[in-house]
Amino acid sequence: MRYEAPNTTKAAATLLAAEKGKAFVLAGGTDLLVRMKAGMLEPDLLVDIKQIDKMRTIAGNSTGFTIGAAVPGVEIGEHKTLGKLWPGVVEAAQLIGSDQVQGRCTIVGNLCNASPAADTVPALIAAGAKAVVVGKDKRRTMAVEKIVTGPGSTSLTKSEIIESIKLPKRDRNSGDAYLRFIPRTEMDIAVVGAAVNLTVSRGVIKSARVALGAVAPTALLVKEAADAIIGSKLDDASLERLAAACSAACNPIDDKRGTIHYRTKVAGVLGRRAATIAYERAGGKR
Amino acid sequence: MTDSTSFTNQKFKVIGQRVRRQDGMDKVTGRAKYGADAVAPGQLVGVILRSPHAHAKIKKIDTSRAEKLKGVKAVITSKDLPDYTNGNRDLLSMLENCMARGRALYDGHAVAAIAAVDASTARKALKLIKVDYKILPHVTDVDAAMQEDAPVIHDWVRTIGVEPAPSKASNVSMRSEFGHGDVDAGFAKADVIIEKSYKTEQTHQGYIEPHACLASMSPDGSGELWVTTQGHFAYRNWCAQLLGLDMSKLKVTSSEIGGGFGGKTHIWMEPIALALSRKANRPVKLVMSREEVFRASGPTSSTSIDVKIGATKDGRIVAATSECRYQGGAFPGAWAVIGAMTSFACYDLENVKTVGYEVVCNRPKVAAYRAPSAPMASFATESTVDLVAEALGMDPVDFRILNAAKEGTRASYGPTYGPIGIGPTLEAVKKHPHMRAKLKKNQGRGMACGFWFNFGGQTSCTINVAADGTVNLSVGTIDVGGSRSSLSMICAEELGISYEQVRTHIGDTAALAHNDMTDGSRGTFASGMAAIIAARRTKEVLKLRAATAWEIPVEDVDWQAGYAVALGDKHSNLEPLSLADIAANTENTGGPVAGHNEFVADGAGVSFASHICDVEVDPETGSTRVIRYTVIQDAGKAIHPDYVEGQFQGGAAQGIGWALNEEYIYGEDGRLQNPGFLDYRIPVCSDLPFIDTQILEIPNPNHPYGVRGVGETSIVPPLAAVGNAVSNAVGVRMTHVPMSPPRILAALEAEA
Ligand SMILES: Cc1cc2nc3c(=O)[nH]c(=O)nc-3n(C[C@H](O)[C@H](O)[C@H](O)COP(=O)(O)OP(=O)(O)OC[C@H]3O[C@@H](n4cnc5c(N)ncnc54)[C@H](O)[C@@H]3O)c2cc1C
Repeated sequence: MRYEAPNTTKAAATLLAAEKGKAFVLAGGTDLLVRMKAGMLEPDLLVDIKQIDKMRTIAGNSTGFTIGAAVPGVEIGEHKTLGKLWPGVVEAAQLIGSDQVQGRCTIVGNLCNASPAADTVPALIAAGAKAVVVGKDKRRTMAVEKIVTGPGSTSLTKSEIIESIKLPKRDRNSGDAYLRFIPRTEMDIAVVGAAVNLTVSRGVIKSARVALGAVAPTALLVKEAADAIIGSKLDDASLERLAAACSAACNPIDDKRGTIHYRTKVAGVLGRRAATIAYERAGGKR
Repeated sequence: MTDSTSFTNQKFKVIGQRVRRQDGMDKVTGRAKYGADAVAPGQLVGVILRSPHAHAKIKKIDTSRAEKLKGVKAVITSKDLPDYTNGNRDLLSMLENCMARGRALYDGHAVAAIAAVDASTARKALKLIKVDYKILPHVTDVDAAMQEDAPVIHDWVRTIGVEPAPSKASNVSMRSEFGHGDVDAGFAKADVIIEKSYKTEQTHQGYIEPHACLASMSPDGSGELWVTTQGHFAYRNWCAQLLGLDMSKLKVTSSEIGGGFGGKTHIWMEPIALALSRKANRPVKLVMSREEVFRASGPTSSTSIDVKIGATKDGRIVAATSECRYQGGAFPGAWAVIGAMTSFACYDLENVKTVGYEVVCNRPKVAAYRAPSAPMASFATESTVDLVAEALGMDPVDFRILNAAKEGTRASYGPTYGPIGIGPTLEAVKKHPHMRAKLKKNQGRGMACGFWFNFGGQTSCTINVAADGTVNLSVGTIDVGGSRSSLSMICAEELGISYEQVRTHIGDTAALAHNDMTDGSRGTFASGMAAIIAARRTKEVLKLRAATAWEIPVEDVDWQAGYAVALGDKHSNLEPLSLADIAANTENTGGPVAGHNEFVADGAGVSFASHICDVEVDPETGSTRVIRYTVIQDAGKAIHPDYVEGQFQGGAAQGIGWALNEEYIYGEDGRLQNPGFLDYRIPVCSDLPFIDTQILEIPNPNHPYGVRGVGETSIVPPLAAVGNAVSNAVGVRMTHVPMSPPRILAALEAEA
């Protein structure tokens, strides 16, 4: 196995393109190294992106943020303004693992690992985040919900790397929230995740995005759930409609982590609770 | 006097203090050597190939390609483990569990093993072994395995304990029965009868250190084994028997242990390491992965239990029965027997009958887990006891106090109790401020009691006095919870010296006579009693040495506060001799000073505990958080209170994990779905509140200091304490453990 640590995104993409065997981008390694140790994969090439300066920074303000792909969770948590404007995205990133894992894990690694239960993905989708994708020859920008195509698979081509995540312009009176259900209090994997991002005007929800994790092969953007609360003051009836829409959107599996019935029910519960928190963060009063 | 083990109510200087732990420094600095930390020149890496099938005939194993791989030094299958067991079916089962003999009996059952120069070569070689399986029907559920049409796993298993003896093989290897009185007559008198069925899922001890050993066999038939174990003498004996060695030629040294809780009372892969070493003629290190630990060590039984309790209006239990069906894994065990014995051990009952069924299933062979089998039986009993109290409109604590066993009670499993602690722990519950603390919405409080036998067993130890007057105590019970420090305290107490002057070590199998394992909460009880006697004998030797030095009769010498003192006016010119004085002069006074004791440590005192638990349940997700927890237990005498409290807290923590989230999950294919700590959920720190403890000291009359074992009882009450609390929080009676969020939500929905 070869290990490379290039200084530019372009060089990283070129290395990936040239490798004939199995090549992987190495960000925090908290998924990749675990899988290598378990003998689940044996890469021929690892391209470490942590030496690429551009990927190590968070830049921006209310007109939009760019979060580098190699920024670890702990730096996302410590950023001065990011958490004020995007508390839901930050709390999702901060939920990953433990202190040790936070020092390494990245939101892009979380996305590209393509687990249906990844915590930051619903929050990023609800936020309307975009991924900047760099290939050997071209760059493109894609909505986050277009990256993951199924458990363990993405729409990225062999040489493509995500360089950064872009969060859109933040309107005033906006708020987001992410909640997950785990049987323990930490060090666990989401049985259901729900993210809500919304903007209010005089208490009325003008726009909203609702996303769910761990209830289908990929994280879901649930338009019906957003429609259920847009135009409302998040009264009980609209919350119930949102919960019903969340449950209806679920297409989960029965497995060791939860039953279909359980996930479907709890998706509604968490959707409702996340919406309530986001609404309050946006300045709404119920 | 020297050898008496009766309780004497002596006054203590060292016992009861919270001294600094002997093994603490090495453990917190990483110096301590655990099972995987030994190295030997030229050592090889061992790996094991395991069955992916729950039940399969092994038609053929082709190891030829693996053998040819460069760096592979030995490949073994069951052919390399010839049967030396001489018709002893239990021993043969042990061997067969270490390595399948013609049939894989569970997912994870070892079928072949490799020793190679490094891990990557060994793993590569593993993939080159070809096993031709014929898949056979399997069964993993205890109730399903008892059905007429269940696949019969062993054609040689006949149910012991039924009349007439069955002629047909089945998965039920034994029926046991305990009790007294006439339960039918008792139930006829009852005003209230509650009958309920319960299930508990299989759990693992969850020790952090996986099984690990370093084995070295010499061509001359001698060998050494460095291993993480709860009982190196037992490991020595079993390994020698299974490999056809003289026991005395196999020296087993126990490493530091990173948790065992019963799981390291049994051999799983040590004979394989020895056989690999024998074949390769090199030392072999074998370390299980976490996945292997889950799939192929010894978790505790899953169970299915029926309990029936009848009581009169005035709150007296008039009859009680239980039927305990315990899944024992791929080989016959004796686990339901303990369930049946412990079911009603807390109560004073006129009419009681308990029955146990041992059931073989396609799962790993069950091993002991802290008070093995008692927590499940207690869950069933204590849940039902709450239901009876509720039906009678009585306070559950008062109801238990009214029916609690006491001195003179005939236990449901046979013997008559001496002085015991169940009543006092219940009275302490009543008085505890926890019982009066306010509860909020969706919160509930529950309590439950528990019992454990405790054990004494064969024990030997040696005290050696060094030339500077400091002391080594060598014991043969490995230290799982601070026992070296507790035993040093005991030795210091008896010799009248300071704790710092004594250091305790675990002797290897060649250095001491046989010792039973550290199980049954016996380490500090049994080795402590042995150390008291050995210390008193050491004092006799010290007095003799002093008498020789002084040239006076030994009858004129006494041992006082660490000094030999010449008694009487005629010796008033003789200055007392310290331990150091005597030790410095042994060359001239009769030789080195030591004291031994070899005996059976009889008289382990039974132990009782009562726990109080507050939970908060989220009615929309079924998620349960334990918000307050109190353990009240009788320790007899707490030698080192920190370690006693640690045992109380540890058992409660494990019990809470079991109650709420831990379980073996098998797929339809009979494969274990969650062999890792991500999906086998032991509690993390933030899942638990601080666990409050209260030590009661009701002396065990059979121990010089009154000590009872304390290690196990604390895991017995939590399942029911949590279950009763959940029931009081949200009004659903949980009958299936773990009470995971999906199960609680389903129960809430069923109720609605
Ligand atoms: C103890 C522990 C606890 C955990 N807890 C959680 C949790 O609570 N919630 C949760 O969601 N996850 C959890 N995880 C999983 C993991 O930590 C997260 O998914 C994390 O965000 C992965 O980020 P990383 O930077 O470490 O990814 P890596 O392991 O470096 O990479 C993951 C995958 O993404 C690819 N990749 C990485 N960066 C890029 C890029 N820029 N462009 C293209 N592909 C890329 C890699 O090639 C690899 O396939 C946990 C893991 C551990 C070990």
